[in-house]
Amino acid sequence: MLFNRLSRLGSSIVKELPRERHFSMRGMRILQRSYGQYLQSSESEHHPCQYHEMVKPFIGYVMLNDNISSAINRERERNNDLALAQTNLVTCPMPQRQTRSFHEAFFSSNHHMFSASYSTASEKGGEETEKINVIFVDKDGEEIHVKVPIGMNILEAAHENDIELEGACEGSLACSTCHVIVMDTEYYNKLEEPTDEENDMLDLAFGLTETSRLGCQVIAKPELDGVRLAIPSATRNFAVDGFVPKPH
Amino acid sequence: MSRRYLARYLVSRYFSSSVSSRPLHVCIVGSGPAGFYTADKLLKAHEGARVDIIDRLPTPFGLVRSGVAPDHPETKIAINQFSRVAQHERCSFYGNVKLGSDLLLSELRDLYHVVVLAYGAESDKDLGIPGESLSGIYSAREFVWWYNGHPDYSSLKPDLKSSDTAVILGQGNVALDVARILLRPRTELASTDIARHALSALEESSIRKVFLVGRRGPVQAALTAKELREVLGIKNMHIRIKETDLTVTPADEEEMKNSRIRKRIYELLSKAAAAAGTSESDPDQRELHFVFFRQPDRFLESNERKGHVSGVNLEKTILESAGSGKQLAVGTGEFEDLNCSLVLKAIGYKSVPINGLPFDHKKGVVPNVRGRVVSQTVEGLSQTERGLYVCGWLKRGPVGIIATNLYCAEEMVGRISEDIEEGVFTSSKEGSKGLMQLLEKREVKKVDFSGWEKIDAKEKQMGSEKNKPREKLVTWEDLLAAAAAN
Repeated sequence: MLFNRLSRLGSSIVKELPRERHFSMRGMRILQRSYGQYLQSSESEHHPCQYHEMVKPFIGYVMLNDNISSAINRERERNNDLALAQTNLVTCPMPQRQTRSFHEAFFSSNHHMFSASYSTASEKGGEETEKINVIFVDKDGEEIHVKVPIGMNILEAAHENDIELEGACEGSLACSTCHVIVMDTEYYNKLEEPTDEENDMLDLAFGLTETSRLGCQVIAKPELDGVRLAIPSATRNFAVDGFVPKPH
Repeated sequence: MSRRYLARYLVSRYFSSSVSSRPLHVCIVGSGPAGFYTADKLLKAHEGARVDIIDRLPTPFGLVRSGVAPDHPETKIAINQFSRVAQHERCSFYGNVKLGSDLLLSELRDLYHVVVLAYGAESDKDLGIPGESLSGIYSAREFVWWYNGHPDYSSLKPDLKSSDTAVILGQGNVALDVARILLRPRTELASTDIARHALSALEESSIRKVFLVGRRGPVQAALTAKELREVLGIKNMHIRIKETDLTVTPADEEEMKNSRIRKRIYELLSKAAAAAGTSESDPDQRELHFVFFRQPDRFLESNERKGHVSGVNLEKTILESAGSGKQLAVGTGEFEDLNCSLVLKAIGYKSVPINGLPFDHKKGVVPNVRGRVVSQTVEGLSQTERGLYVCGWLKRGPVGIIATNLYCAEEMVGRISEDIEEGVFTSSKEGSKGLMQLLEKREVKKVDFSGWEKIDAKEKQMGSEKNKPREKLVTWEDLLAAAAAN
């Protein structure tokens, strides 16, 4: 049963590898570098035994981690995608050598991070920041589920999770590039009213809607758990789930 | 549809090395926001993309460096992201390389699969009225480049001492910028990155009244809320707006209903007019007058100083509907004079054509279909120029903010991706290597990004001695010398 779960978890990680993303497992940040970089760096020789040694701490950590269920839940949420990924893995077999080398590269480059974090994680023990679920809907219509600590602003949260949300002025209310659309009016109403300064910037935002806000001004709080935020795009069809922005 | 896309995405990702291992050589002409956002998105979208950004100035960042006002430092933060793009391993910046003189467009197209023209708008719209060439009349663009230390305009030497009045034609954000710089207390300007020669000139300036003249009304003014709020909040600056100018017609109401920003601007201006109060008799007080419904008919020449402007003759206007909610200004035949010694035209920029590039002289842009350049064949038919694209003001006209280029770049990269898929770029090109050979042969002293970093460090170091974020180097010689220093 656990093995089954582990293999599915493994598949979802493999599917995630091409993307650069942070994901949190009980406070530990694991950075997955983009696949391309690993192909380039896979020249280094790694003895198969070393490979297993490198993998062990990771697997061990995963087994000890009682938050594995949260990782699996996230994986479950992407069931469709996963099924597709598994299909692709079966129907498009990769050359064995290539698989080995990118696995090696992934684990070897992150090995120091794993062992370091492994010890830190055990030190940290019971420390737990309350987090809410936020769903970003990116320009291609894909949903990205992230956990955002209470008090963090949405722009920062997007960057932590490698979501393509621009922040040209880095949160100084001097641009409108972190513009997000709150997809449910219910959640929009739970936000504080925008200040004059934010409204001035929103005036100029591309694709402005009645439930638009600047991401850098939206702070995560418990009432926003489950909020869906769409990222406007020049080419995107806005009719996601029938949501149609009203002209301003 | 999204499942098929996802499948293709996953497959292409797993096989990314084979699919995009063949390099896509891209040259972007212009290193402002349009150029950098395009580079950023291209690099992310295509692992085989190798991007070279060229600019005729030794310094990158376009109008973010030379256009954004010195008292708006938070708007310049975008430079951080642009720097990260320039430092990407598949991206290079080459300054002091001028298209049209150091190399031709045709040569670029031979060297690169994709050429993106993002060189913006370096010229101005003309009024086309008598007296426009009198001295003391400048375009706002020239004045902005002067106080921002652009090397082409450091010796502009505008006359700020002949009277206490300046007239600015136009009511957009550029007009507000120049008004603010003319009227802000000098002490506030001294700690910005304003060019040294401008700060000295402003310290001796006698300008105390600035008139912002627009040919239409407050509902049509092109400025935006943040800038207006800022100017209304400057200490010891008195705002003058005629209450009569604030009457709205039903057509105005309609315009405001359809545009959230128009409505908010009008409300701000009304509040400002109400709060104006009586003028105090302080000789040194600064006044900003909003003059609506006036269009310039001709410029008046000074009797004492031949060849120098002494005022503007303005015609009163009324608004007439031009269909689809738009209102245009029409002259009424009533005239009045406004005396001044300095006129700044802030009526819009215009792009500059180059040899070998199709150009629409009426609109002032390169003819294009969503970013792909089109030209006319001999028979008068439209054809797409393969591998040639435009982005930014050169594509859309000189409107919009820095962020507008984000979406422009996104659309552009979409076009390029489509063309890649259609197999438009199958021939092999030399790219960077070829460019380097060409520039060496022509002995062009290119400035790469590390050269800019040397300029940057020197400016910051000089600025720290004066409590400024930077002291700009304002001549070509100084810039090139700093870039080449060890």
